[in-house]
Amino acid sequence: MSEAKMTGGEALVRCLENAGVQYIFGLPGGAALPMFDALVGSKIKLILARHEQGAAHMADGYARATGKPGVVLATSGPGATNTITGILTAHMDSVPMVVLTGQTISSMIGKDAFQEADVFGTTMPLVKHSYLIKSTNEIPRVLREAFYIASTGRPGPVLIDIPKDYSSGLFTGDLYPEMDLPGYNPGTGEPDENVVMQIASALSKSRRPLILAGHGALLADANEVLLALAEKLKAPVTTTLLGKGVFPESHPLALGMLGMHGTAYANKAVVECDLILSVGSRYDDRIIGKASMFCRNAVRIHIDIDAAEFGRMIKCDYYCKGDARKVLDMLLPQVGELKTEEWLQTLDGYKERYPLNYKKRGGLKMQHILDVLSEMTKGQAIIVTDVGQHQMWAAQFCKTEHPHTWLSSGGAGTMGYGFPAAVGAYLGNPKRQVWAVVGDGGFQMTMCELATACVNKVPVKVLVLNNRYLGMVRQWQTLFYDDRKSGVDLDGSPDFAKLAESFPGGKGLTLKRAADIRKVLQKAMDYNEGPCVIDALVEKTDNLFPMIPPGAAVEDMIIEEPRANHKLEKPTGST
Amino acid sequence: MNTIKMHTISVYVANRPGVLARIAQVFARRGFNIDSLVVSPSIDGRYSRMTIASQGSAEGLEQIILQLGKLVDVMRCVDHATDVAVIREMALVKLRVDTEQRTEALQICEHFAAKTVDLTEKSMIVMITGNSEKLDACINMLRKFEVVELVRTGKVVMARGDEET
Repeated sequence: MSEAKMTGGEALVRCLENAGVQYIFGLPGGAALPMFDALVGSKIKLILARHEQGAAHMADGYARATGKPGVVLATSGPGATNTITGILTAHMDSVPMVVLTGQTISSMIGKDAFQEADVFGTTMPLVKHSYLIKSTNEIPRVLREAFYIASTGRPGPVLIDIPKDYSSGLFTGDLYPEMDLPGYNPGTGEPDENVVMQIASALSKSRRPLILAGHGALLADANEVLLALAEKLKAPVTTTLLGKGVFPESHPLALGMLGMHGTAYANKAVVECDLILSVGSRYDDRIIGKASMFCRNAVRIHIDIDAAEFGRMIKCDYYCKGDARKVLDMLLPQVGELKTEEWLQTLDGYKERYPLNYKKRGGLKMQHILDVLSEMTKGQAIIVTDVGQHQMWAAQFCKTEHPHTWLSSGGAGTMGYGFPAAVGAYLGNPKRQVWAVVGDGGFQMTMCELATACVNKVPVKVLVLNNRYLGMVRQWQTLFYDDRKSGVDLDGSPDFAKLAESFPGGKGLTLKRAADIRKVLQKAMDYNEGPCVIDALVEKTDNLFPMIPPGAAVEDMIIEEPRANHKLEKPTGST
Repeated sequence: MNTIKMHTISVYVANRPGVLARIAQVFARRGFNIDSLVVSPSIDGRYSRMTIASQGSAEGLEQIILQLGKLVDVMRCVDHATDVAVIREMALVKLRVDTEQRTEALQICEHFAAKTVDLTEKSMIVMITGNSEKLDACINMLRKFEVVELVRTGKVVMARGDEET
């Protein structure tokens, strides 16, 4: 077994190496010292973040870009609690992640020791599973289970809290132990053939079908069979925010993203379809609007690996539990072409009538920059966004063609996610150009990671769509609160280009005029020594449409900016 | 409208640290109150059996059971309808009764097949087992004496016949 004497920390690192871990994203501290010590000389590269939240988002971005679990290593107490936003983000979006946290020595646990926090308890509602290590020798088993749980079934974050005496203690156990998970069922068994046949039969009667593809389809690598299914059925496909990339948006059957800020034609399709087939989407509240009105006259079908999603938001006519690819593989041979010519014509009509557009004259617009970015990157770059107006405009205008090239914090809506996640995405997939599309608000939450990007020569292009506002909140205040602005003005922000230049190896560019968009984006693309930040000074008060007001039905979508004196009712939905 | 009903949920879990907290959180997050909770080792010491009584809408409970089933340490989770399961509970009732009242108290106990497990000049402890309604009825009768303390175990449940609990 163990050739030389090793510590628990060394055993841990050995197991991480055996699990194929390339990078650990982390920040050290007292309780994590034995684990950091074990990383010296390891083939795993430590990416030293400047804040543990950044480390967690980097691991998340790495995981989304590669499909492999991202690994975070932080110390006890504040180090561990700083990862929590990243854990929530991964949990809400089903991202595989293993978070290792140092803990005070076992005899001090519960005594309010220095830098002690009950991390196991604190993170419990936000993880797929978690462990508090109880002995040095169990470390390899727990680690193996953690990777298995994080990456199988519906993926998610798994946390391992490791008291310092166990990571520094002498390891005398087995480095390749069996897992002991009697209660874990990833739900990847064969789908129920009867249900699949019923779905095929329901599809055969449909004349206005709509396929809704979500993150689950992407996680299951169902993109190819999804394309085959859509083409065979001649059925249009809309995706969720996180489903972007699972179906090529240049395809004639693609409707783009649906939901609160989805395309008008995708939402029109939701209203008018006679059947909706959800593949790996959880019918999230951003999609369905008012639940009781959603597709109320259509046949509703829900395919999900997680049975706990069934009936949670809306009742469906058919539920099929299983891996999205397995279900579609089974479904594909059972279906034939549907008579959808009329339906597709109707939708094409909507595409012509309600295209995504913007005024190219006047000030610099986020939409314009994103439109050009999409045109220049041709769906080949990885686009990582932050959260806010820019995120939704990017979802609308940046056309995705390939899986794992669109990364965004959907469920949690975590501001500060975009830039560090882009760093992780680049490390995971350096063959693709990586763009972080961020707002001036979110970027300021994690921009300290510019140092991390510089040190590791990560040539992420950071497009800061800078409107000097927390734009999405400002838009809601304008639309629903009589334009009474409260806490949204971001006066006092730095010159982001100068800031970037102040980091060794960082480059900064400023974009002020629409005429310069292409030139500035190209300059950023040509710089590959480190991160390049574009400070794009866009219009301050542009509003994002289409919009389904929260709590309203999809049919109540507002397609264009209402007239100035037109007052909207305060929304009834959650946020 | 959803009707509020009492549910008795049996959860078979791996005996691991934190499992009770995880289960309690699933209820708490959805605003469900746990009315009673019994945890004890099963015949295989690696596992424990929990019986949880909770009231709420059937729809809400269904979600909770699905969420519980997802927990890595949960092996099985079943909501038992009373008609196919045996549900039992035990209560200890301490009464302040003097020698004059004792005979009547004992008569009531006899009627409910309750046992006297402690007896002093001034007090007695009565042990009652049965379904919850029987316990309620007995305790109600005993209220005519001074009830000093009442401890109920909470429900335990077992499926009848070939059904698995």
